[in-house]
Amino acid sequence: MLEFIQQLVNGLSLGAIYALIALGYTMVYGIIKLINFAHGDIMMVGGFVGFFSLTIFQTNIVTAMIAAMLTCAVLGIIIEKIAYRPLRNSTRIAALITAIGVSFFLEYVTIFLLGPSQRVFPDTAFPIKAYNIAGLSILNKDIFVVISAVALMLILQYIIKWTKTGKAMRAVSLDQEAAVLMGISVDKTISITFAIGSALAAAAGVMYGVYYSTVNPLMGIIPGLKAFVAAVLGGIGIIPGAMVGGFVMGLLETMVSGYGNSLYRDAVAFGVLILILLIKPTGLFGKDTGEKV
Amino acid sequence: MQIKNKFIRFCIDVLVLVALFTLVQYIITTGLLDQYYQINLVSMCINIILAVSLNLINGFTGQLSLGHAGFMAIGAYASVVMTQMMDQPFIVGIILACMAAALGGFIIGVPTLRLKGDYLAIATLALGEIIRVTLQNIDYVNGPAGILGITKMTTWPWLFGATVVTVLVVVNLINSSYGRAIISVREDEVASELMGINTTKYKVIAFVIGAMFAGLAGALYAHFFYIIKPETFNFMKSFDILVMVVLGGLGSTTGAVIAAIFITALTAALQSFPAIRMILYALILIVVMIYRPQGLMGNKELSRKTFGRIWSGRK
Amino acid sequence: MSLIMEINNLDKSFGGLSAVLNFNFRLEQNELVGLIGPNGAGKTTVFNLITGVYKPDQGRIIFNGQNIVGLAPHAICARGIARTFQNIRLFNDLSVLDNVKIASHKNVPYNFLAAIIRSPRFFKGEDIIENEAMKYLKIFKLDDKKDELAKNLPYGEQRRLEIARAMATKPTMLILDEPAAGMNPQETKELMNLIAQIRQDFQLSILLIEHDMSLVMGVCERIYVLDYGQIIAEGRPEEIRSNKQVIEAYLGEEVE
Repeated sequence: MLEFIQQLVNGLSLGAIYALIALGYTMVYGIIKLINFAHGDIMMVGGFVGFFSLTIFQTNIVTAMIAAMLTCAVLGIIIEKIAYRPLRNSTRIAALITAIGVSFFLEYVTIFLLGPSQRVFPDTAFPIKAYNIAGLSILNKDIFVVISAVALMLILQYIIKWTKTGKAMRAVSLDQEAAVLMGISVDKTISITFAIGSALAAAAGVMYGVYYSTVNPLMGIIPGLKAFVAAVLGGIGIIPGAMVGGFVMGLLETMVSGYGNSLYRDAVAFGVLILILLIKPTGLFGKDTGEKV
Repeated sequence: MQIKNKFIRFCIDVLVLVALFTLVQYIITTGLLDQYYQINLVSMCINIILAVSLNLINGFTGQLSLGHAGFMAIGAYASVVMTQMMDQPFIVGIILACMAAALGGFIIGVPTLRLKGDYLAIATLALGEIIRVTLQNIDYVNGPAGILGITKMTTWPWLFGATVVTVLVVVNLINSSYGRAIISVREDEVASELMGINTTKYKVIAFVIGAMFAGLAGALYAHFFYIIKPETFNFMKSFDILVMVVLGGLGSTTGAVIAAIFITALTAALQSFPAIRMILYALILIVVMIYRPQGLMGNKELSRKTFGRIWSGRK
Repeated sequence: MSLIMEINNLDKSFGGLSAVLNFNFRLEQNELVGLIGPNGAGKTTVFNLITGVYKPDQGRIIFNGQNIVGLAPHAICARGIARTFQNIRLFNDLSVLDNVKIASHKNVPYNFLAAIIRSPRFFKGEDIIENEAMKYLKIFKLDDKKDELAKNLPYGEQRRLEIARAMATKPTMLILDEPAAGMNPQETKELMNLIAQIRQDFQLSILLIEHDMSLVMGVCERIYVLDYGQIIAEGRPEEIRSNKQVIEAYLGEEVE
């Protein structure tokens, strides 16, 4: 029983990371119906910015995270403006293909500039301390990850529910044309959405670096995919769904690793995705809206 | 009169193909074509088969499939198991590769082709990866280490034959009532269904045929490059093929062929700079989609009419 | 006079919203019946139910004596029901000729293998398909534009092409969804004559949705009026014109 709870605890921090990334996928899909294939790679860039912040500028972990979030917010806005905005009236397939291109672009430019090998987060950035509570081993980095993630999610909820920007975001995702008629700047709202989503992914990237102690140019691919599955699981376009989905995927992965075959750990994500798509593509919290003929 | 014209055309086509075949065969036998160019020739033909077959699914039927490498893997592994472990001749390996890949296409196609647009794309990506991971975990084929020392059985006649057959089948299929049915699915699936076309059936058919030829390419690949591992057939490979199809023009077989040749040459030129190669491919994808989404050829083909016009100096 | 179609107690809801409720309908051989009603009344939903795009929650649709509920749309087309669409749904990147040739595919006279190896049967089959398609293009006066891409046709001709394509599936029942939408009075008049013509020449039974009252009152023998998914009136044009409920729901003022 204790073992089981220990696994649950382990799964929480992983789940928190996936949830943060999943939020970016779901927000972007909700507002422009695009699967931002490059989102996992933005997480990677965030991780690297965090790394350089810690090593070159000798900052603490929180400053590093903020630096990463700001950088990636800007990066997200730039990518949207250059690659996705021109395709706003094209088919979704065209935008998806472009997103795939952006993904590979980010990965290989990073490899080109920084080399393919991984970088190790300095120990000084986050000295590990283990706490023993009721027989469970909890690391301070787990606490850090979960608390930061929950804090960010609360801030996001606040923005969405209580600010004008959040209202605009909700309006544009429901009906773009009507939003324009209400005086909402669709371009600005979409840019902000990308900025927020990318910032959250960047935070996840830094947490990933803390959690696994390394960053590498291709580190965004697998977590990105798992976070995408999390978003679909919760219902793509639905924000609470992404949060729930993220934690579910994190817990699922820890369970499979702990109790099952770790070789199949990554394949589980693919399997879950296929199952969702075949059984209930709209996800746990999604509604089915048919096509008008 | 009509039949006589058709017969003359047919004879000219055959003559051109025979000439091309003999020319290259001659160059190879007399050793004029060194190792480097031979490898590129093989890659070129394999890429043509992959691009043309993916174009059938993505371009003509309008279903974005991102797992094409998975079918290539099935074909490669199936053929190798036949020739290396069961000591069968190459033809048996080829046939099994095609059948296995076609079957894979069917099993994957039937459930996923119910999905639309980007959901279908992601599902095919996931399934392509599942194929790869599954192969990684099968001990009979050495899991992640793969199979080494595959006998070289892919020769120019095989390559030429396979490429010609692939292109011919796709072109003849598209220029028929079945082709029109397939294209109508892309143009407007609802209208197509209401005009009497069983759209699910045709989506699956296009998928299966595309998968089959990818399997063929896999078999040819395995028996020339003597090593195959699951890693060889990952999403990067599917991405490479996608770049060819997008560049050539989704919906043009000629475009797919031209782009395949171009990308093969580009890959060869940038062999020592893999990061730059990938950056370039990514840029090609982005730039084509934004500035010229119809690719090089759009949905036009190079036909006899065009050749005739160019020949007689008119446009 | 035989009964081509009979619909009994048809219901359809989306989510909690009832789109069609207790829809009952009869269409006799060679009749021309209209379906009118305010926007959102459920007219296109009825068409979608008949052609199999949606499945009804309840009810039967009997066509030529057989219940077609649950059949796939392509199977329903094969039985002899063809339709056009409110928002034109042509195969845009195909030529005018190819658009119509598609209609012949359900009866294609050669198989896959013949197509791939280009057997004589293939060439004969293609000739048959081409001749069939040209026959319909001539009737609808689109033969001179046979190689034009469908998307490049002017609006009125696109509507005609849609009808030509539907006719090429050789239906016994034709369903037209706002065929006169966006047409000026002259074009509408020509369309009326065309519809009357093909109805006579092909012994068609026709069901028509239209907002243009001159067209509806001019060609329809019987009219059903739909409002909020339910039939509020049914009868001959004269009866409908003076029906109070209909006028209230929809027409506003009396139509001459």
